[in-house]
Amino acid sequence: MRTPAALRHRAEEEAARLPPLLARAEQLAGTVLLGDHGRRRAGLGDDFWQYRPVQPGDPRRMIDWRRSARSDDRFVREREWQIAQSVMLWVDQSASMSFTSNDKTLPEKGDRARDIALATAILLIRGGERVGLTGTLLPPRRGQNQVLRLAEFFSRASDEDFGVPEHRAMLPNARALFVSDFLGPIDGLTIALTKAADRGVRGVLLQVLDPVEEAFPFHGRTIFESMGGTVAHETLKASELKDRYLARLGERKEHLTQLCAATGWQYGQHHTSASAQSALLWVWQALDRGV
Amino acid sequence: MLGPVGFAAPWLLLALVALPILWLILRAVPPAPVRRRFPGVALLLGLKDDESVSDRTPWWLLLLRMLAVAAVIIGLAGPVLNPEDRAAEGSDSPLLLLLDGSWASAADWPRQEEAAETLLEDAARAGRTAAVIRLTTPEPPVFQTPETWVTRLPGLAPEPWEPRDSEDEAMARTIEAIGALDSGIETVWISDGLDRPGREALLEAVEARGPVRVLETGGDVLALRPPAFADGAVQLTAIRAARDLDRAQTVTVQAHGRDPAGVMRVLEQAEMTFDAGAALARTEMVLPAEIRARLTHFALAGTRSAGAVALTDDGLRRREVALIAGRDDREALELLSPLHYLQSALETNADLLHGALTDVLPANPDVVVLADVATLSDGEAEALTEWVEGGGMLLRFAGPRLAASDVSRAEEDPLMPVRLRAGGRSLGGAMSWGDPKTLAPFDDDSPFAGLPVPEDVTVSSQVMAQPDPTLAERSIARLSDGTPLVTRKAIGQGQVVLFHVTANAEWSTLPLSGLFVGMLERLSVSSVNTRPAAEEIEGSTWAPERVMDAFGTISNAGTLPGVDGADLIAAPLGPDLQPGLYRSEDRAIARNVMGTETSIAPARWPGRVAVQGLVPPVERPLGGFLLGLALLLLLADILASLALSGRLRGTRAAGASAVLALALLLPAPQVARAQETQGQETRGQAAQEAEDFALAATQETVLAHVLTGNDRVDDLAQAGLRGLSDTLYFRTSVEPAAPMGVNLETDELSLFPFLYWPVTADQPIPSDAAYAKLNRYLRSGGMILFDTRDGDVAGFGAATPEGRRLQDLARPLDVPALEQMPEDHVLTRTFYLLQDFPGRYVGAPVWVEAAPADAEQIEGMPFRNLNDGVTPVVIGGNDWAAAWAVGEDGLPLLPVGSGMGGERQREIAYRFGVNLVMHVLTGNYKSDQVHVPALLDRLGN
Repeated sequence: MRTPAALRHRAEEEAARLPPLLARAEQLAGTVLLGDHGRRRAGLGDDFWQYRPVQPGDPRRMIDWRRSARSDDRFVREREWQIAQSVMLWVDQSASMSFTSNDKTLPEKGDRARDIALATAILLIRGGERVGLTGTLLPPRRGQNQVLRLAEFFSRASDEDFGVPEHRAMLPNARALFVSDFLGPIDGLTIALTKAADRGVRGVLLQVLDPVEEAFPFHGRTIFESMGGTVAHETLKASELKDRYLARLGERKEHLTQLCAATGWQYGQHHTSASAQSALLWVWQALDRGV
Repeated sequence: MLGPVGFAAPWLLLALVALPILWLILRAVPPAPVRRRFPGVALLLGLKDDESVSDRTPWWLLLLRMLAVAAVIIGLAGPVLNPEDRAAEGSDSPLLLLLDGSWASAADWPRQEEAAETLLEDAARAGRTAAVIRLTTPEPPVFQTPETWVTRLPGLAPEPWEPRDSEDEAMARTIEAIGALDSGIETVWISDGLDRPGREALLEAVEARGPVRVLETGGDVLALRPPAFADGAVQLTAIRAARDLDRAQTVTVQAHGRDPAGVMRVLEQAEMTFDAGAALARTEMVLPAEIRARLTHFALAGTRSAGAVALTDDGLRRREVALIAGRDDREALELLSPLHYLQSALETNADLLHGALTDVLPANPDVVVLADVATLSDGEAEALTEWVEGGGMLLRFAGPRLAASDVSRAEEDPLMPVRLRAGGRSLGGAMSWGDPKTLAPFDDDSPFAGLPVPEDVTVSSQVMAQPDPTLAERSIARLSDGTPLVTRKAIGQGQVVLFHVTANAEWSTLPLSGLFVGMLERLSVSSVNTRPAAEEIEGSTWAPERVMDAFGTISNAGTLPGVDGADLIAAPLGPDLQPGLYRSEDRAIARNVMGTETSIAPARWPGRVAVQGLVPPVERPLGGFLLGLALLLLLADILASLALSGRLRGTRAAGASAVLALALLLPAPQVARAQETQGQETRGQAAQEAEDFALAATQETVLAHVLTGNDRVDDLAQAGLRGLSDTLYFRTSVEPAAPMGVNLETDELSLFPFLYWPVTADQPIPSDAAYAKLNRYLRSGGMILFDTRDGDVAGFGAATPEGRRLQDLARPLDVPALEQMPEDHVLTRTFYLLQDFPGRYVGAPVWVEAAPADAEQIEGMPFRNLNDGVTPVVIGGNDWAAAWAVGEDGLPLLPVGSGMGGERQREIAYRFGVNLVMHVLTGNYKSDQVHVPALLDRLGN
């Protein structure tokens, strides 16, 4: 499931269900509006950029049949974007994300997070945005190949117990999408978000949680261990801990909400028991709305 | 000892005290922790457990464990159900074993013998001496080592009579010998379960010597009283000795006898029911005389005892007497009929036969009575002589005809005992001076010896015997003047008896007297129906023919001595008078264990005597069960602990193992029984379905097609036959019902006149049983139309997969030599005149049974005289069903050909179908040359 091809395949599936996301900068909203449905009003808009041959992965609806009918090949009509956005992704690859409470019916949190992130990336790239990873590993680029590269990077797991977003080399005024469970120490995230806010980067925090992490249905004498095994906690009666755990989880969510409010980010939650599409829809709307 | 439970090591039970301590210890220790991966652990860090909430083992789990430990402790203590009391083994007193050993013991003898053997072996182990007395043949006790007695036990099998009572001499001696023994003897009395008077003396004698126990099966004893004949039926009565008379009980009584081949078998059987509260059950069997004559005994089925067997004797046999009169022209005067008095005397005791002599002789009657029959034809005389020589008894009466005839005049007729003088004589009549004569007393050697001679019997006429040297010895009754009245002669194994008077009252008053009946009885013309009284047969010697042992087994008597008649009737059974069939001359008397009035009752012992069953309760150690229970409880504890700590949840393997463990523990037979009942239901259902199928197939003529397993082909065949059935219905007097699909394996084929068999390339080869059915079908006149449905691509042959499959399918079939349908085959003219046989395809040849080689066309006749039957198979590939097929709406399903030509082809296809069905139903009718002129006319010649 972690092979790049499979991951991309699933991401393409997710992406195919949404119309291309036209992530746009606020200031360009008025000027580049023409590009949207310009083909039916020839001559008015001059945002045509080029025809290119159809590549694998292009949906049929993107094919320009009028151009294709004039030759043997099929072509896609691409338009120019005057100002392209850079969107930086960070998906928590740590061991904590590889948890699932039921391996038969629920995906791992990390799988779900990567699906959503990559789907978003595909939509963005299809819309002509540049997408990359935070840090210096994969700077934002456009083009289908970037999707492949992203998928490649997403399939590398990390051994850490809890992931910390990269806060260096953040492009000014770019967009960002952070996907994690945000259950680990929160200091790193605070630093990253603060820095991002300093550089004018705004974005979306998506917290992916397993239903069990919300319900805490445990009882009896239990030793809880983190996925990496570095942290452990023993209790004699787990059921007694439930209320206090839920209170702490609530605090954590509250903290994230406040952090986002302070930095101009948007905070959303997603449970692996819900459909990925709803999360993708929310992310798309959040990116659209926020920028 | 706790009731019926004892312990081998009772001190181990003290360990139960430790249970409460174990409870406390287990309660203090919390269950082992579960390790759980959980990303949210970071949020948990720092949370402290409340001291008071430490999780403890739940009480029910503790209880489970306590129970397991308790089961182990009790199991190790060696509990035993019904422990044997070993105290008695210590005694060294001699053992006296009394066996009733009667016929009633026989039914249960193996168990009684086993019980006796066990007692003796126990005594042997304890070093005691023992003595065994069988009360049917009592003898003074002899104390020997028990092993000796064990070896002698098989010789002490029951005898078919009652135990001796205290008045018997041998029993008295035995009681005396027991009285002389030292006291301190343990007595065990193995009873047959029947109550008998006269055993108190013996009981008192053994009680005076030591403790007495009685062993009894407590089962019911059944017995059968001798059969009686009344009201034209055999009356049977069974009696029972049951402790619980309120229980109704049904037994089967069987009549055993020899079949015509001489083999013993059950000739008849009947149910007898003991009503609640009744000790008697009756039934009656109506049996023809021939069957009655074959009977040897009646027996209660399933009861192996002499009491349940009743031998039959003459009491059931009625002699067949053929009455033949020389003149029958005087029916109006019945009292003058020569046979009237004979009939009156015989009809209560004998079966009478009437008719011509040659008609009744084959029925092999016991007696033939010829009343005033003078001459017999040669054939009659020959048959009669043969019959007499084979043991028949010919009884002749004189009369006017005999007196007037020349029979046995000059020389002795073979069928007459004496020569007769002409004319006879008349006494005391108006024209004679003598008085009517009276009878002389019977000689001692006469069969009539002892019969009283009434004074009023007079003889006024008689036929006279010629004086002969043999006359004196042949006369068995005389008149007072010494002239013979009755003469007798032996012929072969039979005899001829002549009454020198008429059988009616014309010549004498003899037929009016009781003496006449008595004489007939002595002559065994009417046999005894009732048992003779003891006095009647006193002094006669009766030889045993077959005797019966206690188990009811009948064997030849061998060299047993005969018994006196009086003893046979009255004396009790014993070694000298064993139950069986006794014979004297030609009469047989059965002496059965049961008398006609005998009744039986369950034994009643005084309250002071301990009565036990034969088999003591079996000792049963319970330790294993308890240890097994402990193991189960521990298994349950494992599952419960896993479930409690959450490790069982969601792991399917553990659940499966738990289910598996339970399944192993559950007894399987119930499931098996359920399957069995289910199986029976299915069988019943299957029979019902078969019946429905047969009904549906036979209420109307039904065309059928073989189900190939290919749905499309089967549907098309169904539709095709529907189309053909409709056509037949509209055009001919054949009115078939809706066609049916036939499964060769399960359905009955013989219900269908015609089978359409579409051949598919992949249809399975039927089983051998199905082929047997198919061959039977073909031989009994059924017809199968094989259709390879490949007429478009191939001529018929092995060229197509269907063709090859057809060869495989038809190989085991009993198919005659085939030929392409000749022009003059009857199929071409059974209804329509046809020359080609298209279906959806045209032209492929059609093959039928080959004509005989010698069939030749006669000049001037349009066709040969061909097969005298229906061709069993018609083989072709024209896909007829497709051409015939119509939908539910009656419209053709598939196109045939093109345009009107195609419709014409469909029409011809229908015509072929009509001809085919007509051929099946009418055979070679149209082959008959009678139809030639009409056919020639139609052919336009």
